[in-house]
Amino acid sequence: MPATGAPTKITQGSPAKGGIGESTLRPDGTLKVTGEFAYSSDMWHEDMLWGQILRSTVAHAEIVSIDTSEALATAGVYAILTYDDLPTEVKNYGLEIQDTPVLAHGKVRHHGEPVAIVAADHPETARRAAAKIKVDYRELPVITDEASATAPDAILVHEGRDDHHSGHVPHPNIVHRQPIVRGDVAAARERADVIVTGEYTFGMQDQAFLGPESGLAVPEEDGGVHLYVATQWLHSDLRQIAPVLGLPEDKVRMTLSGVGGAFGGREDLSMQIHACLLALRTGKPVKIVYNRFESFFGHVHRHPAKLYYEHGATRDGKLTHLKCRIVLDGGAYASASPAVVGNASSLSVGPYVVDDVDIEAVALYTNNPPCGAMRGFGAVQACFAYEAQMDKLAKKLGMDPVKFRQLNAMEQGTLMPTGQPVDSPAPVAELLRRVTAMPLPPERQWESSEGADVRQLPGGLSNTTHGEGVVRGVGYAVGIKNVGFSEGFDDYSTAKVRVEVAGGEAVATVHTAMAEVGQGGVTVHAQIARTELGVAQVTIHPADTQVGSAGSTSASRQTYVTGGAVKNACELVREKVLEIGRRKFGSYHPAWATAELLLEGGKVVTDGGEVLGDLADVLEGESVEIEAEWRHRPTEAFDLRTGQGNGHVQYSFAAHRAVVEVDTELGLVKVIELACAQDVGKALNPLSVVGQIQGGTTQGLGVAVMEEIIVDPKTAKVRNPSFTDYLIPTILDTPTIPVDVLELADDHAPYGLRGIGEAPTLSSTPAVLAAIRDATGLELNRTPVRPEHLTGTA
Amino acid sequence: MDFLRPASWEEALAAKAEHPTAVPIAGGTDVMVEINFDHRRPEYLLDLNRVGDLGEWEVGEESVRLGASVPYSRIMEHLRAELPGLALASHTVASPQIRNRGGVGGNLGTASPAGDAHPALLAAGAEVEAESAARGTRLIPIDEFYTGVKRNALQPDELIRAVHVRKADGPQQYSKVGTRNAMVIAVCAFGLALHPETRTVRTGIGSAAPTPVRARTAEDFLNAALEEGGFWDSGKIITPSVAKQFADLCSASCNPIDDVRGTASYRRHAVGVMARRTLTWTWESYRGTRRATEGAA
Repeated sequence: MPATGAPTKITQGSPAKGGIGESTLRPDGTLKVTGEFAYSSDMWHEDMLWGQILRSTVAHAEIVSIDTSEALATAGVYAILTYDDLPTEVKNYGLEIQDTPVLAHGKVRHHGEPVAIVAADHPETARRAAAKIKVDYRELPVITDEASATAPDAILVHEGRDDHHSGHVPHPNIVHRQPIVRGDVAAARERADVIVTGEYTFGMQDQAFLGPESGLAVPEEDGGVHLYVATQWLHSDLRQIAPVLGLPEDKVRMTLSGVGGAFGGREDLSMQIHACLLALRTGKPVKIVYNRFESFFGHVHRHPAKLYYEHGATRDGKLTHLKCRIVLDGGAYASASPAVVGNASSLSVGPYVVDDVDIEAVALYTNNPPCGAMRGFGAVQACFAYEAQMDKLAKKLGMDPVKFRQLNAMEQGTLMPTGQPVDSPAPVAELLRRVTAMPLPPERQWESSEGADVRQLPGGLSNTTHGEGVVRGVGYAVGIKNVGFSEGFDDYSTAKVRVEVAGGEAVATVHTAMAEVGQGGVTVHAQIARTELGVAQVTIHPADTQVGSAGSTSASRQTYVTGGAVKNACELVREKVLEIGRRKFGSYHPAWATAELLLEGGKVVTDGGEVLGDLADVLEGESVEIEAEWRHRPTEAFDLRTGQGNGHVQYSFAAHRAVVEVDTELGLVKVIELACAQDVGKALNPLSVVGQIQGGTTQGLGVAVMEEIIVDPKTAKVRNPSFTDYLIPTILDTPTIPVDVLELADDHAPYGLRGIGEAPTLSSTPAVLAAIRDATGLELNRTPVRPEHLTGTA
Repeated sequence: MDFLRPASWEEALAAKAEHPTAVPIAGGTDVMVEINFDHRRPEYLLDLNRVGDLGEWEVGEESVRLGASVPYSRIMEHLRAELPGLALASHTVASPQIRNRGGVGGNLGTASPAGDAHPALLAAGAEVEAESAARGTRLIPIDEFYTGVKRNALQPDELIRAVHVRKADGPQQYSKVGTRNAMVIAVCAFGLALHPETRTVRTGIGSAAPTPVRARTAEDFLNAALEEGGFWDSGKIITPSVAKQFADLCSASCNPIDDVRGTASYRRHAVGVMARRTLTWTWESYRGTRRATEGAA
């Protein structure tokens, strides 16, 4: 019996042409809005068991003993596994460095680390049994910041490191260090008429996806396992799961089940190995669903950061140099920290021309919660700091902050601090011009004939002001984000495309392993197939490991890379189709041999528009299927000493203007409007593009004014693992977001497109902060900003 | 966990007498969160949803007898004139879905210092109607109801049947600070009611002390100042220095803590700001009513 709630094929017709550039609707949109969509947590299998994880209650401790006897004796419990039960010598996993134990061994390194797993016939039974497992901890001092991590006598979070970064880091509690040195900062500083320094703090943000970690592992007759799971990259999971299970990769089948958001938080494994281990041990399907509390411990967060910046500028407003140091807290395990360091360092200058730089970024090992990928990935923290610096410089020079930015804005041809030329449009000054040109929202919008509309005021429904103390502020920011995996990573995607005749009509099927996490790839793939193959009806096959890797749904890369792979496979299929056509019908019309041929509207047409025949006739009795890998331009590693190298594939730019109203007495903020202008190269689906920009903008707003995981510095324990106290914006906190989309093609990319998902998350936060500074006159060097920071009561 | 489902109030009281540890549940907006987070696992849940009259209210001469389970959305819709402070407080409770389920009885039963209804009840003046099978009904003055952090004056065999809230005889206001513009637990909250009939002002403070409290010193100061200055009769604008001192005294009557929602220092400060603003709003409204009355006469 198959699992229920497993994904099925989605066939999309389209009333219009439905090709690229059109706002076709998402096939899963209505299902999600009406609650009909099956998420991974909705999956079910006859006779299945429920898995439960026992997690550490302390952040740093030796495990003296684990006693499972009482828990095992609980009726309904089928298995309890600890480290000692792991079946092979491979007992760790990790995206880049395999430093994360599947189950804790001898030591726990952060609050909420998995120690034991339970399978039982009811989730409550599993939970109660887990609570009966007795773990004796001997607590160790906690490492929580740079000082405690790099102290001469600091306890090493990981003893005996032998990963590929361990040789070049200054301390074993530093995961990775990337310097970038270019030009002569000392000489450039001499030219500076003003110098501005700042020390900035970025709080720990959570992805706060709504669908908690969940999946279903079903043992198979061949001794393997079929895992249905919500993830961001099936093949990366597979590479980490199979060795721990002691199975070859072809015996671990993976199918993507409904994903309820990701934002980077599903790049690392969560319950995958645990469910498979329990399923293989018990011979029964095992489902694991985290609750919200557990979810806060079940995935990595955005790196909190300390950023130390020094900029210089001449009297006429030209930047002279940048010296900066970015310290990212990676928490207990490496996760994506090395790549985040690469991004933070290489993007630390922002979208500006600065020839002389001295940059250093490090990620720490500490006993804080592990941090890794989240939308914006290292570029977010840097943007918060350099944009604050730009405002400080402009103020010191008596210049308009937008004009100052425009004066220093990079453009096509500018060299990055890594020495890499920006070889496609970089309309930084133009994006700033566009957000500045948008009309400002009217003042005092809360006033109405019936008195103050509190929904329009800071505090909202809480009725804290009727206009008293309210001051408006306006702020600007712009950012730069890389697209795709960088630093020499072989960042490819695979697509399998099939055309055939069904019901007298030529139809296409697109099969990739791309994780649809909400970005809209399932829509875009159908649009690409329609454009390239001239079919109306496209079926999107469920994503699984029966086709080659599609890479990660992250780094704003899926439309570029898997979209590129789908386009490429379609082109290969089209060639094959035309070959068949020539073979069958070439003798009827000379154009078959001489003209450039296209597939449009179900027909084979010449580039002059002459119809040569029906695609369905060409494909009668035949089908064409091609699976092919596709790669973007290769990148290079950054030099470990100088940071030089063509490390990135493409850059993405967005600018924001924030208008806020601050109740200066109570320190409450209402963001009135967040206008955004972004260059997207080519909008494959304009509606989705605007949705992505508005979503990214809102996530940036969240970390500007409310979103923060608070970790107790004395115990390294998480203090607010709930949506009661980890606040994300409601619709009343979400402003009007007018979006101005610019389409300047990048000739290196499919259709000229630019990855778009992350850039708006960068500049939104510093724009809001700048607006709050404008309203209050306060310096505000940390985000999120809380009422106590605005009222001197911190 | 046993789920008790009494069909009537009498059965509910009997069940509570038999199982004093039973946790009453009506809207479930608080209890279910606690259970889902595994913060508590009561031996018995006592479901009050079949006891129909808990969802009813009666408007009397002096007060409104509000059934324990009347949802906040009903209070907002139907009792805005009689209980303006509580209606404003109801507005700030969570989301529309929660306001359709939750009621004041649950707020009182939990007695969290962050409960949104408490400052409004303290400011308006109220009595909690508690009942037990053994001793029948008693009315507990709201000032004596909150006895500690999440503790109240109920006996183990008692259930809250209703709360009697004094009908407004003057303007009332309610403000709550949260770090989000909707759906947020109070960092602190403040309720204020003018009682022109008795020429008194009452207050209520939420989330700024171990229990909901009244700012009695501030009330005494303000009552004296208004009386001495003849403000009730003249309806003149309250002097800024009086408003400021009232606000400072409200701040001083807080005994807050630092927690993930805010600092103690911020809470004290914010209560002062809300005290001054709500006093201004209610007094402006009072002056407006007086002018309207004089105009009519």
